[in-house]
Amino acid sequence: MATQHIVKSYDQEITLLTRKVLEMGGLVEHQIAKAIDALVKRSVEDAAKVIEFDDQIDRMEEEIDQHAIRLLATRQPMAVDLRLITMTMKISNDLERIGDYAANIAKRCKRLAASPPIKPLYTIPRMAQITQAMVKDVLDAYVERDSDKAVAAWHRDDEVDDMYTSVFRELLTYMMEDPRNISACLDLIFAAKHLERMADHATNIAEKIHYMIHGQRINRLPAEA
Amino acid sequence: MAASRAQLERIDYPRLIGRARQADLLFAGAGLVVMLVAMSMLMVLIVDLAIDGMGRLSWDFLTSFPSRRPERAGILSAWVGTSLVMLVTAFLAVPLGVGAGLYLEEYASKNWLTDIIEINVTNLAGVPSIIYGLLALGLFVYAFGLGETILVAGMVLALLILPVVIVATREAIRSIPQEVREGAYALGADQWQTVRMYILPAARPGILTGTIVGLARAIGETAPVITIGALTFIAFLPPPPIEGEFPFVNFDWLQSPFTLMPIQMFNWISRPQAAFHVNAAAAGLVLLVMTLLMNGLAIYIRYRIRKGIR
Amino acid sequence: MSNARAQRVADQMPPRAAWHERPASAGVESLGAEAGPLVADRREPLARAASPESAPRAEAAGHKVEVRRLSFWYGDFQALKDISIPIGEGAVTALIGPSGCGKSTFLRCFNRMHDLYPGNRYDGEIVLFPDGINIVDRRTDPMLPRLRIGMVFQKPNPFPKSIYENVAAGLRIRGIRRKSLLDDKVELGLRQASLWDEVKDRLQTSAYELSGGQQQRLCIARALAPDPELLLLDEPTSALDPIATARIEELIDELRQVYTIVIVTHNMQQAARVSQKTAFFHLGKMIEFDDTDHIFTNPKHSMTQDYITGRFG
Repeated sequence: MATQHIVKSYDQEITLLTRKVLEMGGLVEHQIAKAIDALVKRSVEDAAKVIEFDDQIDRMEEEIDQHAIRLLATRQPMAVDLRLITMTMKISNDLERIGDYAANIAKRCKRLAASPPIKPLYTIPRMAQITQAMVKDVLDAYVERDSDKAVAAWHRDDEVDDMYTSVFRELLTYMMEDPRNISACLDLIFAAKHLERMADHATNIAEKIHYMIHGQRINRLPAEA
Repeated sequence: MAASRAQLERIDYPRLIGRARQADLLFAGAGLVVMLVAMSMLMVLIVDLAIDGMGRLSWDFLTSFPSRRPERAGILSAWVGTSLVMLVTAFLAVPLGVGAGLYLEEYASKNWLTDIIEINVTNLAGVPSIIYGLLALGLFVYAFGLGETILVAGMVLALLILPVVIVATREAIRSIPQEVREGAYALGADQWQTVRMYILPAARPGILTGTIVGLARAIGETAPVITIGALTFIAFLPPPPIEGEFPFVNFDWLQSPFTLMPIQMFNWISRPQAAFHVNAAAAGLVLLVMTLLMNGLAIYIRYRIRKGIR
Repeated sequence: MSNARAQRVADQMPPRAAWHERPASAGVESLGAEAGPLVADRREPLARAASPESAPRAEAAGHKVEVRRLSFWYGDFQALKDISIPIGEGAVTALIGPSGCGKSTFLRCFNRMHDLYPGNRYDGEIVLFPDGINIVDRRTDPMLPRLRIGMVFQKPNPFPKSIYENVAAGLRIRGIRRKSLLDDKVELGLRQASLWDEVKDRLQTSAYELSGGQQQRLCIARALAPDPELLLLDEPTSALDPIATARIEELIDELRQVYTIVIVTHNMQQAARVSQKTAFFHLGKMIEFDDTDHIFTNPKHSMTQDYITGRFG
């Protein structure tokens, strides 16, 4: 879309909306990094900060929703504008859920710090890395309106799912080895699950971006649980 | 941008408004003065007429024939003649004029021929009335042999006011908004249906006004009527149109000789006796009243048309 | 979602098939078994609640009119260039586009209104079904399409007559004189235009005493009384306030059950609300013609998108 709206304030408001989403996205990325960091370093302090900060993210989602609703009422957007505004509302929702999961990981971290450490975790940080990359990529795709990037990120979900399965198996063997590990392992499994759900939400964002740009959904394989 | 802004700021608005108000007052005042002058002249004329003639008005005056003695002279034959001639004039001028105006406006294609006809029609309105009299004399009285009758008088006056009626009809039709026409055609009406059901009814007020203007002019036209031979001393009335035996209506009155109000007035005013001048003034008052009545009738008809939308 | 809740939602839906003609989207279906009952429950009561006339007609029925390569000239100026559109029966087709794009010109070709003014020329065909006559053929008498097609104009233009006479106008023109028949048809026309209740006590009063919105509905009644096959609406609400506009849009929704409608509007939201198919015009050409949903959510042409999003025009 090379041209601008005839009414410049319309463009300005859309730019503002986009910027808010980016801001929120940046905060979410930050939260993820901090949560994983806390998990690996077993730092209760850092975990507490992450949990506290989640409110901010919730507030931003509200703000974005308000702004988008106002745009719907005042501008009667059509076609690409309509898709952009409605999908932005849904994307902010997905971002908020990702933020929630980051806070959940931080909560697990607090419990884990209380019990003795298990064997060094390799896979979970790897999962976190990919998830973070996915989130970053979809945010980039959103601002650049680049559907190829979004689709590429969308495909990486399988990787994360596979990694979750392997983490699960690994922790399962630890649990079977020594029952005293069960509590800690369960927390880790949940943390990994949270990461996997984060990746799912990033995938959702990728789908919305594709719809936003093309007006069509990404053709997908039958959904699985 | 800054320079013009500064220019605007230097404008003295109160003074500008003051000057505008002064101009308004001046113009309104001048208009008022002119109108008062015109009205007062008119009033003076009417009052003068009234002073002279009011005393002479009486039932006898209205129902007596003219006579050599001023105190016995009346305007019976004159006002009957005027009324009958006006009837014939209206009867001839309205259908012809409205028909012609309708044709020119709705049916004729817009080409050079129509333009020429248009110009001619408007010009005819300005032709001196005596020329119409000469035409009527040569054509109707001698060539057609119709004689010096009410019929011919009606015909010549109809010719006289025909351009007025045509122009009024055209203006009235033109003032009907195009939307009404489009609405009618969109419903599937053909041209005649549109004209008959929508255009003519809507144009009626305008046509009526034009007709009255024309008749008001005709009622006072003396020259053409004298030319075709209206008499100045008539001591009888035309035969009545309605009679007791079959066929109950006759048109002999059309063939009758006649006189008109203005002719009678002219005749009296030319006489030396002062008493006849009084008669003339009284007749003038009656003529004024007749004109006013005609106008009143037109206004009443317009009012009824406006109210009763059919 | 429980079946009971789904039923409650379905019951609240209006009994018309307005937006529910289209099959449920693929997305809903791919939800799988979980969504099965929900989807089935929603569609079935809707189909039952919808009256027989409101069953999907646009897709099932044929075309009422087919415009084939229509061109039109005002003198030397070509106002319409090679336009081909089908007009679906029992559906509302909207024509949108910037000023001067030819949408009103196009509409007025259907009932040969251009013939009222000299110097105009048609080329191509507008084929009226079921008999297949070409409306713009020189040999076709302009009165023929006008007797079968009704038109409502942008500015309400009631005749300077009574309300009754306005609605009866089309009937009188067709030679109907019997008072009882006229009475019935006038009442029917006014009822169809949702005006009967407001004027039934004052049918003999002047049409000019009505408000703007009422006058426009009167013009709609006038167009409907002679039972046309096709209804042409030329920006019918552009001179009306929002409430009157909404009432006429509601009217269009109802009329769609019975009549085929073509509406020209410069209000895109209105086109999106009332029509099933939309055509976008620009400088005498038809740029895009598609289902209304597609045009307004994901148009194929960039010019269409630029226009409807307010980027030009």
